[in-house]
This record gives sequence, structure tokens and C-alpha cells, in this order.
Amino acid sequence: MSGLQTSAVDFGRPIGVLRLWGGRLSQRLDLRTLMLCGIMLVLSLAIALVTLASGEFKVSLGEVAGALVGQATARVHMVVVEWRLPRTSLALIMGAALGVSGAIFQSLTRNPLGSPDVIGFNAGAYSGALIVIVLLNGSFYAVAGGALAGGILSALLVYVLAWRGGVQGFRLIIVGIGVSAMLTSLNTYLMLRADLEVAMAAAVWGVGSLNGMTLERLWQVAAVLALLLPAALFLSRPMRQLELGDDAARSLGVNAERTRLAMTVVGVALTATVTAAAGPISFVALAAPQIARRLTGSAGVALLPSAAMGALLLTAADYLAQRAFAPTQLPVGIVTVSIGGLYFAWLLMREAKR
Amino acid sequence: MAQAGSAAAEMAKDDGEHAGVAATNAQRAFWLLLSLGALLVIALASIAVGSKPIAIETVLEALFRYDDSNDHAIIMALRVPRTILGLVVGAALGLAGALIQALTRNPLADPGILGVNAGASFFVMLAVGLFGFTSINSYIWFAFAGAIFATVIVYAIGAVGRGAATPIRLTLAGIAIGAVLSGITSGLALLNPQTFDRLRFWGAGSLTAPGYDNIVIIAPFVAVGIVLALIAARPLNAIALGDDLAASLGANITRTRSIVIVAVTLLAGAATAAAGPIGFIGLMVPHVARWIVGPDQRWILAFTLVLSPSLLLASDIIGRVVMRPGELQVGIVTAFVGAPVLILLARRRKVSGL
Repeated sequence: MSGLQTSAVDFGRPIGVLRLWGGRLSQRLDLRTLMLCGIMLVLSLAIALVTLASGEFKVSLGEVAGALVGQATARVHMVVVEWRLPRTSLALIMGAALGVSGAIFQSLTRNPLGSPDVIGFNAGAYSGALIVIVLLNGSFYAVAGGALAGGILSALLVYVLAWRGGVQGFRLIIVGIGVSAMLTSLNTYLMLRADLEVAMAAAVWGVGSLNGMTLERLWQVAAVLALLLPAALFLSRPMRQLELGDDAARSLGVNAERTRLAMTVVGVALTATVTAAAGPISFVALAAPQIARRLTGSAGVALLPSAAMGALLLTAADYLAQRAFAPTQLPVGIVTVSIGGLYFAWLLMREAKR
Repeated sequence: MAQAGSAAAEMAKDDGEHAGVAATNAQRAFWLLLSLGALLVIALASIAVGSKPIAIETVLEALFRYDDSNDHAIIMALRVPRTILGLVVGAALGLAGALIQALTRNPLADPGILGVNAGASFFVMLAVGLFGFTSINSYIWFAFAGAIFATVIVYAIGAVGRGAATPIRLTLAGIAIGAVLSGITSGLALLNPQTFDRLRFWGAGSLTAPGYDNIVIIAPFVAVGIVLALIAARPLNAIALGDDLAASLGANITRTRSIVIVAVTLLAGAATAAAGPIGFIGLMVPHVARWIVGPDQRWILAFTLVLSPSLLLASDIIGRVVMRPGELQVGIVTAFVGAPVLILLARRRKVSGL
């Protein structure tokens, strides 16, 4: 009883069962979902390769491949590996992180509008960054630190304010609305009192941008996400059970409060990592789980497809941000909202016509 | 959309288990009268308080025995129109919020969910950046046209395919189109400092446009919107029970939805055109009203109609006082006045069965 088999139960769609070590480890696999994840991943990598090759300094795809395995001229190596690779790799892993984070929050709040914004994270991160940019005139790492502190403090504040012998989705939403509204107002105020140039710089940070990413930053972000993404996948099963409601989940042996806390912590940490490095890139967390859900035809939002979709969205957006109005470089956040929005609208219409 | 369905079910259940603070119609009428009294006091205070303090007797004299003195001129030319604008805008935003929450059965829905704010901002950006309009008074038509433009697109996308546009499809289409428009808006604004500058002040939301012009422009649209809202109140009660049950009770779901969408567009579009995007009132006041009176839409709409202008005017007064001689935009103050109330209410309630 080892290897991949087809399921004995008819789920109405191809389901495989992976059994290892004589059935001691077994996992049900939705073959269609797996295939779509694979396609999305291949597409993301293809776009990433094209992004690495294009720019002011043209490089052929062969040279890109050579540079990646360490066989290229010094010049090509510098352009591809040191200048372009950090940005493109960051787009891949940050997109995955945002997708997972969005899926976690949409499952947590059982609301398709759910995102880390719900618990005030993005508004708080922007407040922290704005305080550093506008009032203290800080460096990149100071802004990242300010954003992290602001976002985490706001998320904590919402969680604590919503706590009354447990946190419920509905109260969390309402408290989150309140705290976010206050922080957004604070942000507006800070933007209005800043000089125009400072305000514009802050606004660029505020939409999220991948300009000026270095190898050093790639390693920092990659190290954090290498811990967080597997941690998130472990939450996949209790998260599904929690969607059935607290009572049903408890009867299946899930500790509802602890699961919710773990989901919140992991979801916030994922978004926080991205926000600290590149600013609050919006819409990926919101759209990736919904788009993935529609493509895979699954009942709820799922983590793995959301991650793959997030990576695809952000790499594609990053390519367009660099090339659409070249040599003008757009902040990637502007492209994620515009293109992501258009694609989402198209998907909705296509779904309705069926 | 299983998630939205369960969120809606939670809300409905929440409402059902908690009839509200005022349980009988007599109590509700009493509270409504009390709120009306408070609104009257706030409106008078809004005329009396400003950078030049004017005694309340002088205010009453100016209103009823106008004598062309300096104080009277200030009152009639500046403060009265500002107060009336606050009344109209506040009522419109609150009603729009109550309607859209009732229609989508989503506690996160605000008047901007159908794309009104994004559309208005987009057109204002075009007016400033492309056509070079600079006077505040010329924005109003652009903003209004933008609001209607966005809602029509959202509705068209939501209505594609068989069957009528469902609330969840409208919500998602609203998110998509809102994202596209706001992405383009901020992208183009970031390329042009002057546009960015004007947009950041317009976007804060304020009631400072002088004279009666704006009031005269938006009043007819708001009036029609209010009438439509009152027509929709009863069928909305039926729709809260779920589409099938509502249909079996004789409610015409498609017609009610169309009426509500037209009303929201007129109300939110007119308010945003005159005062800029002030989203929080429409998000918050309906929640408060629902907690006071329970799930009956007729009472919710009535209370929202009174409470929303109270919140907006009170915020406007505070904004005039806290930073003398300068002013704080009402859009900034509203969240700081309203959000603590919202959070307190969310915490004070007995733990509800979500």
C-alpha cells in the first residue's frame, strides 16, 4: 500500500491518495488542484526568466540561464544576478506569502473581503512608515522598522480590543474597521502636513514598490519566509475544520482559540515581512485566494493554490511595472491593483456566463 | 460563495438573537426623538462655533432677524451653508451605507463598495491632471459623473450572464473595478506632482466649499435617493430572510436590488461629489443603528438618517476647534470621533452567538 493511488471514494473529481511507509503517512491529493498549481508555478518561473532577460541592457534567455548557473561574463552576471535576480525572486516569494496570508484571513473571517487589512495591519504599517518618513526623515531600514512596529502594534491592538473570553470573527471585523479607520485618518493627516516631495515619496512607499531591491534584502526576506510558509501549510487542516464553525471544529479535536491565534500570527507575520521590505503591496492578498478558488473549483480558499496564484500575480505585475512605461518604472503596487482588478473582473464575467 | 453566505448567516443570526437596546416601538420612537433633539443642538452649535466665536443669541437673531452685520454675514454666508451641507452629506452617506449593508448583508460593506469613491477620485484626477480644472466648484460634476460611471460598470459586470446581479457578485465586481480605477488614479497622480497635491487635499474630505452652490446641485439627487431608500425599506426586511423566502413572501428581489443600487449611487455619489470621499460614516452608523433598534430596516434607516449628520457635524465642529486657527478636515476627524464609539459598542454587547 505505497505510492499514489486513486481514491476509493468518488468525490466527483479526480482525487489521488498518496501513501508512504506502508500507509503510516497518507495524504489525499486533489489532482486537478495540483496540476493547476504546477501550471501556475511554471508560468511564474517563465515570466521571471523573461523579466531577468529584459530591460535597458538586453540579455538572451540562454545568457540568463548561464548567469544563473554561474557561467556568464562578469557584465552579464552583474546585470542578471546582482541587479535583476533579487527583485524577481522577491516578487515570486513575496507573491506567495501574500497569497497565503490572504487565504488565511479570508478563512479566519469567513469573508471574501477578509485580508490582513481587516485587523488593521496595513493601515498601521503605513502609519509607522509615514511617521518615520514624514516626521523623522529616516533611512530604508528605519522605515521598514517603523512599518513593522506600526503594523504589529495595530494588529495586537485590534486583537486585544476584540478579545472577550475569545475572539469572534464578527467582533474582530468591527473592531478592525474602527482601528483601521482611525489609522487611515492619521495617515491622511500626516500626508497633508508633509511637504509635497516628502508626501509623494511616502505615497510611493504606500502603494508598494520593488524598486531598488538588493541581494542582501533577498536573503533576509527569504530566510524569514522559509520559516513562515511551511508553518502556514501546517495550519491548512485545522483551518479547514474551523470553517465548519467552532463547535464542529472542537468536536473534531481542534482547539478553536489556539488555531485562530496561530492563524492570525502566521498571517500577520507573512504580510509584515512583505510590507517591511517593499511596502504594502495591495490586492494580491485579496485577489489571489479568490482567483485560485475559482480556477481550482474548490469549496473554500486553499493555501497552496493561493500561494501559487500570488506568486504568478506579483511576478507578472512586476514585469509590467518595469516594462509597461519603460524607462519610467512604476511602483509594482499600482500594477497589482490595476491588472489584478481587470483580471478579477474578467474572471467574474466568465464565471457568470457559464 | 460559501464564505459570504456564512458571514451573512452570522449577521442574520446575530440580529435575531439581539433585538436591540430599544425593544418596543415606543422606546424606538423615544430614542429617535432624543436623537433628533441632539441633532438640532449639534446643528446650532455648528453655526455658533468657529474660529470667530459667536454667541448663541446672535446666531438665533441672524437666523430669524437678519440685519446685515458682520457676524450675521459670517453666519448666513459661511456657517449656515456649511451646516446644511453637513446635514445633507451626512444623511446621504449614512443612508447609502445602511442600504448597501442591507443589500450585500456584509458588515464590511461601505458606500464605496460599488466603486463610487474610486470613480469619483478617478474623474477628479482626470479633471485636474488632464483638463487643468483647479477650482473646487468644478470638481463636483466630475466627481459625480465618475461615481455614476464606476457604479454602472460595476453593475454591468455584476449583471453579466443568466439571472440578476447577486449582491456577492456586485461586491466582488466593486472591489475589482475600484482597484483598477484607484490604481490608475494613484499611478497618474504620482507622475504629476500638482495633480497629486490637489488630490491629496480633495481626498481628505471636507465641508469647506463656500456658499450654497454645492447644496443646490446635490439636494435633488439626495432627495430622490432618500425617497427610493424609504420605498426599499420594507422589501429589504424580507430580503434579509434570504432570497427564496423573500420571493415566497411576495418581495420582488430584482426590483428591490435595482432600487437600492440606484439609491446608493445617487446618495453616495452626490455626497462624495460635494465633500470628497468620507467613507467611515456609512460604514459605522448603520451598525450603531442596528444595535439600537434591532434588524428592522425601517427603523435602521430612520436612525441612520438622524445619527449620520449628527456624527458628521460634531466631527466638523471638533475639526474647527482643535487646531485653531487652522482646521482639521472633517474626513480625518470623523474616524477619531466615531471609531471609539464603534469599538466600545462592539465590546459592550453580550457575547453573541456567531
